[in-house]
Amino acid sequence: MELKVLGQESLPNAAGGCASSGCGGSTDQLAHLPEHIRAKVHNHPCYSEEAHHHYARMHVAVAPACNIQCHYCNRKYDCANESRPGVVSELLTPEHAVKKVLAVAANIPQMTVLGIAGPGDPLANPERTFATFRALTEQAPDIKLCVSTNGLALPEQVEELCKHNIDHVTITINCVDPEVGAKIYPWIFWNNRRIKGRRGARILIEQQQKGLEMLTERGILVKVNSVLIPGVNDEHLKEVSKVVKARGAFLHNVMPLIAEAEHGTFYGVMGQRGPTHDELQALQDECAGDMAMMRHCRQCRADAVGMLGEDRGAEFTLDRIEEMEIDYAAAMEQRKAVHAAIEANREAQRRKSGESFVSLASLMPKKKELRPVLMAVATTGGGVINQHFGHAREFLVYEASAQDVRFIGHRKVDLYCSGGDTCGDAETALQKTIRILGGCEVVLCSKIGYEPWGELEEAGIAPNGEHAMEPIEEAVAIVYREMAEAGLLERPVEQPTRASA
Amino acid sequence: MALKIIESCVNCWACEPLCPSQAIFEAHPHFLIDARKCTECEGDFSDPQCASICPIEGAILDAAGLALNPPGSLTGIPPSRLAEAMVEIQAR
Ligand code: SF4
Ligand code: SF4
Ligand code: SF4
Repeated sequence: MELKVLGQESLPNAAGGCASSGCGGSTDQLAHLPEHIRAKVHNHPCYSEEAHHHYARMHVAVAPACNIQCHYCNRKYDCANESRPGVVSELLTPEHAVKKVLAVAANIPQMTVLGIAGPGDPLANPERTFATFRALTEQAPDIKLCVSTNGLALPEQVEELCKHNIDHVTITINCVDPEVGAKIYPWIFWNNRRIKGRRGARILIEQQQKGLEMLTERGILVKVNSVLIPGVNDEHLKEVSKVVKARGAFLHNVMPLIAEAEHGTFYGVMGQRGPTHDELQALQDECAGDMAMMRHCRQCRADAVGMLGEDRGAEFTLDRIEEMEIDYAAAMEQRKAVHAAIEANREAQRRKSGESFVSLASLMPKKKELRPVLMAVATTGGGVINQHFGHAREFLVYEASAQDVRFIGHRKVDLYCSGGDTCGDAETALQKTIRILGGCEVVLCSKIGYEPWGELEEAGIAPNGEHAMEPIEEAVAIVYREMAEAGLLERPVEQPTRASA
Repeated sequence: MALKIIESCVNCWACEPLCPSQAIFEAHPHFLIDARKCTECEGDFSDPQCASICPIEGAILDAAGLALNPPGSLTGIPPSRLAEAMVEIQAR
């Protein structure tokens, strides 16, 4: 990933690519891609970091069966309060799934993408997956389709996949070495047999790599997801990043392992820990030397609905969609109009932040080393600061430095459980939020109550409600400039800045 | 000669499409095997397909009532460790 040179990019370029930062990383990361590929990811919330502020996605759980076992998965688990991959509340038939997609697309016009991502493996359930895709290709041609697979059955399904309205496929690749694989995958089901250990892992790896190549040969974009498992594949993921890039993957998404004992997974039960925020960021930065990295992944539920980071699934349960009358032709018109308005808004924001960056750069005292600052932002989408501190279920984290503002990740407030009385969690919601914001020096939100204000300050995090409804990066840049002017940033740099890739 | 699915089944659907005899069906609270139809896959496959993909140890029993995937055989978690962890979790 390259750092953009500030002051040279004050105007959006004519090609429509994002000249200004567009949430730091993403535009830089995608800048190396040819125009036709950038056009494909432009409004895909999961592929373009900038797009995820504006567009929504949904997943349908139609593919329950799985042909491998991962040590971080327990196919038994379902908790309505939890948001993580593999968790769903209702399994749908393809017919119901199609109905739900049409209902959501009509009610949430920002929706651009329908994904099938489990629980289970979509390609281990080809009938159900492709029945859903076939119907949607026909009935909702303006929706992009997307699959996420473990890759075991991928080579044999590539031809069928290419027949549908699919631009991208996500393959979860946690290793390219069977030795490592044996520590992640206890077994696979292959040629009508269960194959354990290294032999199984080797077959899985071969199939994944073959599938990856076949897809990229056919012009389908491939994103690779990897789960970062400390002590198992942390070092190895750098190698994975290199290998998959060489085979044509266009984006790498390293996600933290989620392994709580109560989830009943192998790792959970055996006490395997997940990575810290710092470990995750460090590895993402190291891989970034070779590969575009995705940092806004929310590890969504397999039946999530809405903008990334929100879940409106409860509005679209089976009994509710039964009652809805959907005129999809009309909905499609409305969607077109909404998407045009979003694009106009994005364009305007781009121009604006372009301007603010110029002034940011010119105002910076050039000679002094300014340390970078992490800031947390509460937003419900649209690329602006528009959420009350107390309502935020997650915060986007940005790093401001003398060079630029870049998005580096998100932190969920309620990743596992909202805590409180029911779970016997002694920590209050506010304390938990403060802990999760550790390392951030500022939190930007539309409003904040008196009590959390005091506690945040005490914890060394400056609450800031002065930039409500302003574009995120612009506000972060302004606050950083103010901190610089107030002389808060001239302490010697302890850690090297991350913006060095 | 037939296999049996018991209550530890988590209804994950993995076995149902694989059965060459269409002996497995979705039922509540868990999937079931129609004993009249199950051939233990003889003549079709060398291993019973349901037991070869089932992710849950102990969910499928043979005619003698023995688990085809006994505790520890799939996850590699020693049964004693699992029991310990469960106690820890429940004590919270
Ligand atoms: S591929 Fe997905 S559903 Fe299958 S075991 Fe792994 S995580 Fe679970
Ligand atoms: S043993 Fe074979 S025939 Fe019997 S239920 Fe299982 S898959 Fe079907
Ligand atoms: S594979 Fe096992 S757990 Fe899954 S439905 Fe069949 S018997 Fe139940």
